[in-house]
Amino acid sequence: MNKTVLDLWVGLFVIAGIAALLFLALKVGSMNTVNTTDSYEVVARFENIGGLKARAPVRSAGVVVGRVTDVRFDNETYEAAVTIRLDKRYAFPKDTTAAIMTSGLLGEQYIGLEAGGDSQKLKDKDRIIITQDAVVLENLIGQFLYGKAQEGAPQ
Amino acid sequence: MQNDNLVEIEDVEFGYGDRLVLKGVNLTAKRGQVIAIMGSSGCGKTTLLRLIGGQIKPGQGQVRVAGESLGHLNQKGLYRLRRKMGMLFQFGALFTDMSVFDNVAFQLREHTDLPEDAIRDLVLMKLHAVGLRGAAQMMPSELSGGMARRVALARAIALEPALVMFDEPFAGLDPISLGVTGNLIRRLTDTLGLTSLVVTHDVQESLKIVDYVYFVSEGVIVAEGTADDIRGSDLPYVHQFVHGEADGPVPFHYPAPPYADDLGLGGLRA
Amino acid sequence: MLKQSIENLGNRTLEGVWRIGYATRFFVLILLHSGTAFRRFGLTIREIYFSGVLSLIIILVSGLFVGMVLGLQGYETLQTFGSEEALGILVALSLVRELGPVVAALLFASRAGSAITAEIGLMKATEQLSAMEMMAVDPIARVVAPRFWAGVISMPLLAALFSAMGIFGGYLVGVQLIGVDEGLFWSQMRSSVDFEQDIMNGVIKSVVFGIAITAIALYEGYDAPPTAEGVSGATTRTVVASSLAVLALDFVLTAFMFRGLN
Repeated sequence: MNKTVLDLWVGLFVIAGIAALLFLALKVGSMNTVNTTDSYEVVARFENIGGLKARAPVRSAGVVVGRVTDVRFDNETYEAAVTIRLDKRYAFPKDTTAAIMTSGLLGEQYIGLEAGGDSQKLKDKDRIIITQDAVVLENLIGQFLYGKAQEGAPQ
Repeated sequence: MQNDNLVEIEDVEFGYGDRLVLKGVNLTAKRGQVIAIMGSSGCGKTTLLRLIGGQIKPGQGQVRVAGESLGHLNQKGLYRLRRKMGMLFQFGALFTDMSVFDNVAFQLREHTDLPEDAIRDLVLMKLHAVGLRGAAQMMPSELSGGMARRVALARAIALEPALVMFDEPFAGLDPISLGVTGNLIRRLTDTLGLTSLVVTHDVQESLKIVDYVYFVSEGVIVAEGTADDIRGSDLPYVHQFVHGEADGPVPFHYPAPPYADDLGLGGLRA
Repeated sequence: MLKQSIENLGNRTLEGVWRIGYATRFFVLILLHSGTAFRRFGLTIREIYFSGVLSLIIILVSGLFVGMVLGLQGYETLQTFGSEEALGILVALSLVRELGPVVAALLFASRAGSAITAEIGLMKATEQLSAMEMMAVDPIARVVAPRFWAGVISMPLLAALFSAMGIFGGYLVGVQLIGVDEGLFWSQMRSSVDFEQDIMNGVIKSVVFGIAITAIALYEGYDAPPTAEGVSGATTRTVVASSLAVLALDFVLTAFMFRGLN
């Protein structure tokens, strides 16, 4: 095998391989990590986070504005402490509500931010005061059954 | 100044586990000579070559090449010494993925910094010496057995070593190739001033060209001498070997129980 | 008789342990003698041709078919949950995380791994390796190490090509053939496949597989008995051992990498 032809094939192979990698990296996947320099962190406390995991998206009006970076259990207040990293481009008022929502009916869980009316904005290391827990299916069913029982009961 | 002996093997023992292949061998090879090591298969001839090449180490005794003891060399030293040696393997052992030219050029390209035109000239010269200059661009798979061995010889002498070892160079060749090979070994030894160690069991061909012969049997040297000495020897082993006798010190029958017993002719002896 | 079986078992275990030790020493030798493979990169490039380029056809065709089957099977299953638009995610994640690295590795082991073992085994049987040693050229540096690095370089490239072809195959079946919405297919995929978690992990896996397969192939070839049966036995062992190694390593790596997702 002629050496130059061989080199040509190897070169093509390597280029094709790298192209495939780039295709996978850019067109198939996406860089989901929010860069630390243009973001800020806030904390929110929940009584029940349901199935929320780290790296879950944080959306407002349906648009991804940040990511959940950490989920911890606070042994003193017996609540879940969720750390959120938000894109610096988006500033939220101090009285923003953070609610745990579900994508679709049975999809993954994410945090939905609904802006309040405060003129003061959330800064790095601030806490979101108003939170809404995840809807737990068992509680929902329990409520429903209780309600049904109530309906049938009064005699 | 320099020792006349290029290779010295002193009281060497070698074995695998507790099976000794060589049991105390003493051998010297003088410069500029063709020396044959003969003996039947499995007597330890090839082991001797591997000891000299440093591929294995003796259990006891010393192997010295050009005055240097092989046992004391590390890998670098061994590689340095090997550049003064060439080895011709039984079937040539040419690199099958390279052409004849590249095979002969191999050592020149690996060990020297010579430019390609100088290498080209040297390679063609070596191939010419073995009569295969026209086959330079062929691949080893296209060569006949005899031709492959000649190319291997050209490759072995590429760096003009002081010692060339031949492992059964005559095995399986037709009469013409036999003559060519024997002739080449003698001629190259004389013209290049080599020392050639030929391991063989082809008595007729080798006795035509050698200066000295060592006979190995069962791990020891049983006889040595010049070609004439050997031809005229009346030591039973040597005689059987040189004249190709079917039975003698090397028995015809592999050890077995008595023939009559095997055939059941012993009657009621059980 | 029981004593005999226990003795045999003991002997074989000891021999197995000895072989692993010997193989490890061989592997370290390859790494130590890798200087030549990089200084004379032409040697390695030549081996990349034989290991990588010559495996392209089987990798690309297999990738395409696997992707197409994923598309078909995936669609069938997702349809029962009304989640057809997740087809892109299904195909991409299956390929990038698991099927790409693993199947490409298994194919590489059977095609290139066995070829390497046969080649080296044959070189040993025809005394070419001894001849090289006698010419003061270290066969591990000149013959073994370039093949090792060629395998390590080729494997991730082949796995990426497999995954890319597979996704294309899934696209062909899902979008062109069945009619899943093209925009949804790609956008859903993009939002769920993470570069670090999924793609990089897939690449890391394929590099590890490349190391394992090539090292096993080289070891079996170098250690093969210099006969015809010896070499053929060694080739079989290469394919079996490296396939098992790939699957075992896959489990270990997956457990390690994807543990953190919860």
